[in-house]
Amino acid sequence: MENFEFAYWIVLLPFLSFALVGLAGSKLPKQFAGLLATTAIAISTVLSIVVAYNYFFTMFSMADYKPVIASEITWLHFTDSLSIKLGVLLDPISVMMLLVISIVSLMVFIYSLGYMKEEEGFNRYFSFLSLFSFSMLGLVVATNLFQMYMFWELVGVSSYLLIGFYYQKPEAVAASKKAFIVTRFADLGFLIGILILSYYSGTFDFILLTDPEGFASLHGITSTFLGFSALTWALILIFIGGAGKSAMFPLHIWLPDAMEGPTPVSALIHAATMVVAGVYLVARLFPLYSFGSPNSLEVVAFIGAFTTLFAAVIACTQADIKRILAFSTMSQIGYMMLALGVSGYAADGLGFTASLFHLFTHAFFKALLFLGAGAIIHAVHTNTIFEMGGLRKYQPITHITFLIACLAISGIPPFAGFFSKDEILSAAFASHPIYFGIALLVAGLTAFYMFRLYFIVFWGKEKVYDHPPHEAPVVMLIPMIVLAIGSVVAGFVPFGNFVSSNSQPFYTHLEWPVAIASVVVASIGIFTAWRFYKKESPLPEKTATSMGGLYTSAKGKFYIDELYLLITRNIIFQYVSRPIAWFDRNVIDATMNFISTLTNWISEEIKEFQSGQLQRYAFIFFAGVLILMLTFLYAQS
Amino acid sequence: MGSEAIIFYTLSAIMIVFSLLAVTSLRLLRAAVYLLFALGATAAVYFMVSYYFLAAVQLIVYAGGIVVLIIFSILLTSHINEKLQKPDPLKMILTGLTAIIGAGVVWLSFSEYTFIAEPSTGIIADMTTIGEKMLGYGEHGYVLPFEVISILLLAAMIGAIAVAKRTKTNQDD
Amino acid sequence: MIEQVPIQHVLIVTTLMFFIGIYGFLTRKNLITMLISVEIMLNAVNLNFVFFDFYLFPGKLEGHFFSLFVIAIAAAEAAVAIAIFINLYRNIRSINVEEVDKMKY
Repeated sequence: MENFEFAYWIVLLPFLSFALVGLAGSKLPKQFAGLLATTAIAISTVLSIVVAYNYFFTMFSMADYKPVIASEITWLHFTDSLSIKLGVLLDPISVMMLLVISIVSLMVFIYSLGYMKEEEGFNRYFSFLSLFSFSMLGLVVATNLFQMYMFWELVGVSSYLLIGFYYQKPEAVAASKKAFIVTRFADLGFLIGILILSYYSGTFDFILLTDPEGFASLHGITSTFLGFSALTWALILIFIGGAGKSAMFPLHIWLPDAMEGPTPVSALIHAATMVVAGVYLVARLFPLYSFGSPNSLEVVAFIGAFTTLFAAVIACTQADIKRILAFSTMSQIGYMMLALGVSGYAADGLGFTASLFHLFTHAFFKALLFLGAGAIIHAVHTNTIFEMGGLRKYQPITHITFLIACLAISGIPPFAGFFSKDEILSAAFASHPIYFGIALLVAGLTAFYMFRLYFIVFWGKEKVYDHPPHEAPVVMLIPMIVLAIGSVVAGFVPFGNFVSSNSQPFYTHLEWPVAIASVVVASIGIFTAWRFYKKESPLPEKTATSMGGLYTSAKGKFYIDELYLLITRNIIFQYVSRPIAWFDRNVIDATMNFISTLTNWISEEIKEFQSGQLQRYAFIFFAGVLILMLTFLYAQS
Repeated sequence: MGSEAIIFYTLSAIMIVFSLLAVTSLRLLRAAVYLLFALGATAAVYFMVSYYFLAAVQLIVYAGGIVVLIIFSILLTSHINEKLQKPDPLKMILTGLTAIIGAGVVWLSFSEYTFIAEPSTGIIADMTTIGEKMLGYGEHGYVLPFEVISILLLAAMIGAIAVAKRTKTNQDD
Repeated sequence: MIEQVPIQHVLIVTTLMFFIGIYGFLTRKNLITMLISVEIMLNAVNLNFVFFDFYLFPGKLEGHFFSLFVIAIAAAEAAVAIAIFINLYRNIRSINVEEVDKMKY
């Protein structure tokens, strides 16, 4: 039996570095603070790798992975039946997530050492980044729903802090507020879902909740609401929480704006780790979704499918390099959700494995894409792709790694994305032709918009730059190279052997027809992009004009933001908030003001008693004594 | 009516009349002297009940100490011939009325109560008894209040000096 | 003495003296005359102690000692009060109680 006692240090180390760097503030020398935080996360990474190796290879040797509780403490003890615990739960998905998060975090930390070098608030940045790593690692090893919720919120807070890192910039502040409010709003659903679920099941514990034998109690739920069982409602509400974090339609509006944060932050939080928390959440409770309420899984699949298409279409029209990547992230997460939604349990669990496999590979190439984008922005000081061009000559290494990432995300063999995408497509194919169609179309669109970006930025006509773009420093290139290697080899991991819906090895194989179809579609996308953007050509203009309204509305992100604004500003603010504000000001405040005015008036009046006249005091004292005397002598008889 | 009664009522009249004069006289120095007479009459009453030591203390401390102190302070703060202004008539009536009511209430309450006078035991407060009791620590011993009073007197002495001392700030005026 | 003067008469005398003191304390404006009034009150109380002792608990001398201590305290009080008056006079050139109101509200 292997000992996992040390596993909690994985979570704790980033917290310690957060506390140290955060408390010391600017008193620590810059380099030292950055190195300290990076060392902490590096140790966490090593520990994660050790844990993963022990868990997957030594402890269970490739069969029937059981969840292990590495350590657990009771944090809040209310009653014997209600106590909240903190602990470290190790099972295939959490170990896999630990690995992904710590590796990507480490790469981003190293990258940030170079990227943020010149920035004000370097130490603040690293303390926030450590806080984020701590919360995210704590989230994935959560042993119960409540711990997960707590870290879920912590992740939200650190995301808020990092998006608003450039707090002098009004857009960054607005974006951080937007992200926080939207995800908070979704978390409300999560919280209600947790409460309903734990009310009926009597536990927060994941092991108990996801034990297929233990559903007997939950099947007994007879209370229904609007035609669905309470369990379905609970799971849908929990999914809303996940959808908020994972930027699923219609709660996706914060993610594109979140790109106001520093680019490494976007790579870590808004591409590789935090935004897949929603996927992780659904995967974590997957047996419950699968057995307890197939209806809610359909919702997951539908939202996933819609978002993936929706975001892919928008991504084709955007001009800001980071926003393109943001919409691409949304689209890929939609993919994962779709795969989860169409998955079954045990033997039908292809979608589950595919989804987490895609999560795994996506973390590598999407982080790489963002880091590459960061290197480009670092060099040319603009976010707009049309102000870039011909960068392959100036930034050869960035160019190569970016190309690898583009190929990986487009699903070209033998890069990582191909394998995971192929599994997702197979799962969708087995489920419903419409889902398959959407998935295939999105594969093509993905290839198109990624290569549109690639061709415009690295080929295209050279633009006039203020100063010639330069290759990024080595400290930034190393993480990119590491992630590029990961993007190449991650696909060859026999992922189903480790992660599956019922923790038994699940053997996957390539579905040749699906694979060929997806490669063909991707190639069409790449070819189109090549035709359109390799050289300056009138084709994109023409196509855009012929698309008419579709192009304009996609460029305007289908006006979802405006719709939200309309609803909130013109309806909620106008008809709900304003009367409440009026009530608050004119009734509640007025009552308080009246009380204070009254008090003031009375005290002004009785101030005169304090005349300073000794004899007046003495007279009143004496008269009072007299009255008391009279009272005691005569009142009682 | 025996001779003791006659003496007592005379002394009582003296005490009341001079007290009244002391609180109504418009000349400060006279008020102090009237106080002296009232206190002296009180000392005489103490002699009547053969508390000689108390009577002596009354004369020495009150008549000899406090009244002299008061006269000094009068001389320091006012002119000899200065006449005080009359108090506000409304105030006089109001406080007079209150005082009379108070006296009435007290009188009513003790007139309803029957006091049982004990016959004298013949123990007189001579110096030996007083000394033993003052420094005694058994029953009816007063050594603790005695010592506390000594500390109080010391504190009052130091306090009085500290308060009345000229400080640097009010040397200027 | 006990046979000739009933205790009520003594009490009337002390009561009158005490309330005269109170009247003086409440009407006089000069702080020194107020101090005189206080002394009259204390004296009345002393008399009361002595007579209760003498009439009701002869031989125990409790009232006697109490009076002694009251006299000592009265002396201390007078000394401090007069020190305050002198300081006050030095500061505001007056010992009129109505002018001593600097510390009101």
